[in-house]
Amino acid sequence: MSDATADPRFRRKPPKRPLRLSWADERIRGIFWQIIVVGIVGTIVWWLWSNTAHNLEVRRIATGFGFLHREAGLPIAESLISYEPTDTYLRALTVGVLNTLKVAVIGIVLATIIGTAIGIARLSRNFLVAKIAGFYVEVIRDLPLLLQLLFWYTIMQSLPGPRQAMQPVDGVFLSNRGFKVPALVWENAHTAAALAFVAGIVLTWLYARAARAKRMIDGQPRKVWPAAVALVLGLPILTWQVMGAPWEIDWPALRGFNFRGGLTVSPEFFALLVGLVTYTAAFIAEVVRAGILSVSLGQWEAAQALGLRSGSVLRLIVMPQALRVIIPPMTSNYLNLTKNSSLAVAIGYQDIVSIANTTLNQTGQAIEGIAIIMLVYLTISLSISLFMNWYNARIALVER
Amino acid sequence: MKMPSRPTFLRGLGAALLATAIALPAAAQQQPAAPASSTIDAIRARGTLVCGVNTGLAGFAQPDSQGVWRGFDVDYCRAVAAALLGDANKVRYVPATAQARFTALQSGEVDILARNTTWTLSRDTSLGFDFAAITFFDGQGFMVKRSLGVNNAAQLDGATICVQPGTTTEQNLTDWARANRIRFTPVVIERLEDNINAYLAGRCDAYTTDVSGLAATRAVQANPNDHVILPEVISKEPLGPLVRHGDQRFADLVRWVHFGLVGAEELGITTANVQEMAASDARPEVQRMLGRNGDLGRMLGVDNAWMVNVIRSVGNYGEVFARNLTPIGIQRGPNALWTTPGGLQYAPPFR
Repeated sequence: MSDATADPRFRRKPPKRPLRLSWADERIRGIFWQIIVVGIVGTIVWWLWSNTAHNLEVRRIATGFGFLHREAGLPIAESLISYEPTDTYLRALTVGVLNTLKVAVIGIVLATIIGTAIGIARLSRNFLVAKIAGFYVEVIRDLPLLLQLLFWYTIMQSLPGPRQAMQPVDGVFLSNRGFKVPALVWENAHTAAALAFVAGIVLTWLYARAARAKRMIDGQPRKVWPAAVALVLGLPILTWQVMGAPWEIDWPALRGFNFRGGLTVSPEFFALLVGLVTYTAAFIAEVVRAGILSVSLGQWEAAQALGLRSGSVLRLIVMPQALRVIIPPMTSNYLNLTKNSSLAVAIGYQDIVSIANTTLNQTGQAIEGIAIIMLVYLTISLSISLFMNWYNARIALVER
Repeated sequence: MKMPSRPTFLRGLGAALLATAIALPAAAQQQPAAPASSTIDAIRARGTLVCGVNTGLAGFAQPDSQGVWRGFDVDYCRAVAAALLGDANKVRYVPATAQARFTALQSGEVDILARNTTWTLSRDTSLGFDFAAITFFDGQGFMVKRSLGVNNAAQLDGATICVQPGTTTEQNLTDWARANRIRFTPVVIERLEDNINAYLAGRCDAYTTDVSGLAATRAVQANPNDHVILPEVISKEPLGPLVRHGDQRFADLVRWVHFGLVGAEELGITTANVQEMAASDARPEVQRMLGRNGDLGRMLGVDNAWMVNVIRSVGNYGEVFARNLTPIGIQRGPNALWTTPGGLQYAPPFR
C-alpha cells in the first residue's frame, strides 16, 4: 500500500539487460528449474491419469459422466427446488449443492452476528458477561464438531413425538419431526413486496451517500433514519397494499402420522445449523476480540477527547481499524464453516456429500462422484475467498 | 527482488511434493489388484483372507463380547478361508459401511465382500463385480412400533421412514411409493446404528431394510414385542458374497464353497460326522465331495480335503443358518433346501 504514493524514484523501471544463454544468468536458471518442475508434475499427473484409466478398464468399471442424465430414484427429504425421485442424478446433485449453500449461507450470517456479539461481550467491563462469554468460547471450541452435531441431533430426537408435540405459541409445533411454523401462502404481491424491500435498501444507501456528500460541503449532519424507515419498510408495505394485500396463512395441522401444511425446519437441518453456528461463533468471537484489542488504547482516548460518544467511537474509530485485523481470519472461518457442513452425512442432512456418496454408490463411479464433490467445494470456497479478498482490499486503510 | 528464481522454484518444488503425496497412496492401492487373475495366490502369500463384512448386524456379522466376529456372512468368510488355507481362523475382517463397501472391493482392500449385498444387474456389470452365489434369499420390509397401530404397509401414507443411503433399499422404497401412490419423508443416515437409533427415538414412523435385517434389529431390542414387522415384502433381495470381476478361479471357489455347504446339508454331512463320513461313507457323491475319491478340490485349485476343512469349521448350510439366524427369529422359508416345499437352496452335482 505504502509504495503506491512513495518516492517517485522507485517508480522508474530498472534498466533492461539482454538475456544471456548462460548458467550465470539467473533468469535462464529460473526458466531451467521451472521446466524441470513442470515436467515432473506433468509426468506424475499423466502417470496417475493413465494408471487409473487403465485399472478402471481392466476391472470393467464404467467411466464418464453419462450417469448424470439417468434417473436417480433416490429420495430426498428437503429441497429448495422441486425434486422427484424420477428426476436425474444431475438434479439430485443440484439439490445437494443448494442444501449445502443453504446451511452455509444461513450459518455464516448467524455465526458472524453471534460471534461478534460474544467477542464484544468478552471485552465487557461487566464481570459476569465477560466470564460467561469466555466460558462459552473455551468450552465450545475445545469439543470436536462431530460430537457437538451428534449432541444437538440427539436433543432434537428426544423431543416428544408429533402427537404429543409441544406448542409454545398457537400454530408453532415442536416435535422430533422438527419445527412446524405457519407459512404465508406466497403470491405475486409478496414477490413484489420483497423486490420493493431490496429497492428500498438500495435507495436508502444512495440517499445516505448523498447526505454524506452534502455534509462534506456544508458540515451539517442530516438524519438518514426517517428516510430509511420510509424506504425500507414503507415501500414494501405500500406495494403489497396496492396489489390487494393478500394474507392467507397455511397452518400446520396434525393429520395421520405427521403435520401437514406450514413450514418445516427439519431436525437434521436445525441440528447441523446450530452445531455449525455455535462452533464457528466461538472462533469468530476470538477473532473479533483480537481485532478490537489490536487497536491501541490511544485511539479510544483520542476519540473520546474529540467528544465522540462511546457508540460512535466503536463505529467510526475502532471498528474500521479492527476490521483490517478481523477480515483475513474471518475468511478462514467462513471457509471452515462451509467445509464442516459436510459432516451433515453423520446426522442425515442431505447435502452435496450425502447425495454424491449415494450417487457414487448406486452408479459405482467413485472417481466421478468424488470429483464432483471436490469441484463443488472448490467453487464455493474460491467464491467466498474472492469476495472476502475484495472486501478486505476495500476496507483496508490507505496509509499515507 | 534479487532472486526471482528462488521463490518460484520453491513453490514448484512444493507442488511436486504435494503431487507425490497424492500419488503415493494411489500407487499403494493399485498394487494388490494388479495381477488380475491371482487373488488366490495373493491370499496364499499373505496367509489370510481379507473379508469385507457389515459394521455390525446381529446374525450376519457382529463381534461378540470377546471381540470375535460371528454371523452368517462371517461363516462364509471362514468357510472360504478353510477351503483355501485349511484354517477357518485365518481371516481378517474389514467392517465396511453400505457406502464404502464397493470401493473397498474395487480397490483391492478386501478380497471378498460378504456383507448382505443384493445381487443386481448394474452391480454385476458396471461396478465390475461377480456375485458368486445367492446364499440368502431376502426381501425388503418395514418395521413399525406396535403402539403406532399400523398393520400393513398401505397405511404408511404420509409417514416418515428411516432408510440407509447407498442401498438398493433406498431405490426400492421410492419405486414402491411411486407404484402405490404413497407419500413419505425419508430420513437417510449413513451409519446403520445411527439409523436404527433414529427410528427407536421416534424420528421415523417406520424403518425399512431387508426382512432379515429387521428381524436382527428387532431381536436385540430390550422388548422385541414393541415392534412389528409388517407382512408386505416389497422387493427381491438375493444376498450373497461377491468378488472382483475378472478372477474366475476365485469366483468359482467361493461359488462352490456355497454349493458345498448346501450339498453337505442335502447329504447329511455335519460338523459332528464329517470325519467319520470322509473315512467310511459308501455313497460316491460323499466320497467325491470329501475328497476320498476324484480330484474335485484340485480342479478348484485347492486341497482335495477342502470340504472336510469347511464342514469341520462351520458345519453345513443348515448348521450355519441354525447357529446364526434361527436365534434371531428368522425362518428358513425360501432358504430351505429345494427338497422342502418352497425351498430354493439347490446345489449342482459334485462330479
